[in-house]
Amino acid sequence: MLEPFLFFLFAVLAVVGALGMLISRNPVQSALWMVMTLFAVACLYLTLNAQFIGVVQILVYAGAIMVLFLFVIMLLNLEATPRLGGLDWKKGVAFVLGVAVLAQLLVILSLRLNAAPTLLPAAEAADATSVENLGLALLTEHAFSLEIIGVLLLAATIGAVLLAKKRFV
Amino acid sequence: MDLALNWYLSLSAVLFTIGVLGVLLRRNAIVIFLSIELMLNAVNLSLVAFSQAFGDVDGQILVFFVMSVAAAEAAVGLAIVIALFRNKLTVNVNEINLFRG
Repeated sequence: MLEPFLFFLFAVLAVVGALGMLISRNPVQSALWMVMTLFAVACLYLTLNAQFIGVVQILVYAGAIMVLFLFVIMLLNLEATPRLGGLDWKKGVAFVLGVAVLAQLLVILSLRLNAAPTLLPAAEAADATSVENLGLALLTEHAFSLEIIGVLLLAATIGAVLLAKKRFV
Repeated sequence: MDLALNWYLSLSAVLFTIGVLGVLLRRNAIVIFLSIELMLNAVNLSLVAFSQAFGDVDGQILVFFVMSVAAAEAAVGLAIVIALFRNKLTVNVNEINLFRG
């Protein structure tokens, strides 16, 4: 009974972190709550036998992207939002829309869609989705996509430097 | 009590909804970016859960590509936020209306 316990522990951590990000008024606090969510999701990947993705999640998301976010927030020296802002009709509509999205997703899930209702046995799935098989598929079947991603990252690096330069915009 | 695929998908739906609410409710451009990252993470979680349920490695490869695109998007997006802040001295999206003339 360890696995359901771990799932609920990390699920609660992820949802609490996401709500904290949504509610906190200071952008730095939002980013730190988001780090907690990212770590919880990484642990959920580990419970799903996806060790490579879990480690990459911590390295890339929690390590690189969130540091970039915090760096920009502190560079811009943003002040916290002074007040929560009254409940106007726009926020009501936004809230109703969000709840409608959640309701749709849960209705679709409750219909089951003939998906596999339970997870594969851990040993079987761990064998099929091992890091070895992942690397083999990535460098043979999906090698072209990997090259494209490399070009995309180069373009993003050059674009970020150009955009952040003075007197560009 | 077995761990069902639906539990992971439900958690993914809840995280995605919180991301949608963040985009709709918050007016700070950086928090909107964080919410978009949260939505990407929610979808990644459902992809990994499907990958594990069907014993197919392609789902995890898609997650790998989504992470790369998210990293590129964060770099360019934050550079745009810096450029906007330099011009307008704010990151509140209500006060940024360049196209309205």
